[in-house]
Amino acid sequence: MILPVESLPARIAATPALRRWGRYLDADVLLEVGAAAWLLTVRDGQVLTVRRGPFVLPSFTLALRLDPAGFARFLAADPPPGWHDLMALRRHGALKLEGDLVPFFAHLFWFKGALALLREGAKP
Amino acid sequence: MIEPITGRYLRLALEGRPHRLYFEEAGQGIPLLLLHTAGSDGRQWRDLLNDAEVTARFRCIAFDMPWHGKSSPPEGWQEEEYRLTTAAYTGMVMAVARALELDRPVVMGCSIGGRIVLDLAAEHADALRGVIGLQGSAFVEPYYDTAMLHHPRIHGGETCAAIVSGLVSPRSPEAARWETLWHYMQGGPGVFKGDLHFYKGEGDLRPKLARIDTARCPVVLLTGDYDYSCRPEDTLATAEAIPGARATIMPGLGHFPMSEDYASLRRYLLPVLEEFAEQG
Repeated sequence: MILPVESLPARIAATPALRRWGRYLDADVLLEVGAAAWLLTVRDGQVLTVRRGPFVLPSFTLALRLDPAGFARFLAADPPPGWHDLMALRRHGALKLEGDLVPFFAHLFWFKGALALLREGAKP
Repeated sequence: MIEPITGRYLRLALEGRPHRLYFEEAGQGIPLLLLHTAGSDGRQWRDLLNDAEVTARFRCIAFDMPWHGKSSPPEGWQEEEYRLTTAAYTGMVMAVARALELDRPVVMGCSIGGRIVLDLAAEHADALRGVIGLQGSAFVEPYYDTAMLHHPRIHGGETCAAIVSGLVSPRSPEAARWETLWHYMQGGPGVFKGDLHFYKGEGDLRPKLARIDTARCPVVLLTGDYDYSCRPEDTLATAEAIPGARATIMPGLGHFPMSEDYASLRRYLLPVLEEFAEQG
């Protein structure tokens, strides 16, 4: 699975609703999909940097660890029922959260919307 | 245009405490008592209350539970933590039915309302014509910490809406999807969490299912397949445990069918209501 994580800063910046939902979000987010990992530096809801792993003992505010098969279903252009949302992945055990969960829940619309921008055919 | 819905306040005692509840109604005929989901209010039933095909034969009543919508919490609320229980919820529904002098109503609820109708069927079969559970099951396993829904560093309204946003089907009309979420954004602090005390913990109704006699109180369950809280398999397992219960899975709908896409729900709901109308 090839994920366009490096394109997230531009995609998020071009999405006005995400700029609003994430306006106070400051976090270093570790995104793991199976063995692949990225570290996102988020300030005021904008992704300032994306670093591609692997990492040795990375420091992060919170980590999202995704099962590749479950995340692939989420990323389909037309996701199947029950796999169409981050919390649905959580329900199925395909998303594990670690670290400080307050920024995650306080900006849940942002996290849901940002990861949906990795979906096939997502706009912008 | 003025809609045919009227809203009034009802004063009654619940668990020995005075309450002032807001309710809306439309139509005439067989009483149909409508229960909203956790953390929301009776506005979820707006399209059904405006459906002339339903209101021609049913007196449709949607009340806001205490702490929700335009219903106040009881006096002294500031000293306590709101936590819904099975006994309080069932007692509330029956008390509202009595206060409004409803003769053997059909009770239809969604989510927590789809759960409590099972308790109503088990405990008050002879006082009801039947129950309809939307997105109903006897139990749901917790999959997140509900403490996050009432936290001083988290905006409760936005987070409650974000938590349930994925439970709305992506296929439902956008305006209705976001109106459904707006209701969640308007919930009082800790209220959604307090409702989930019943839904994800105390209100495990699995032991009661075998007691339900569908010959006395018919049970119909309708569940949308985009719901990952009360999943289709949860509803089907519940129906399987109630002899005579009927369950239908509704493709394309989510956790709030009457609010997110009433036009799609009514294709499944109207035949069910027709059966109750024929029975009188």
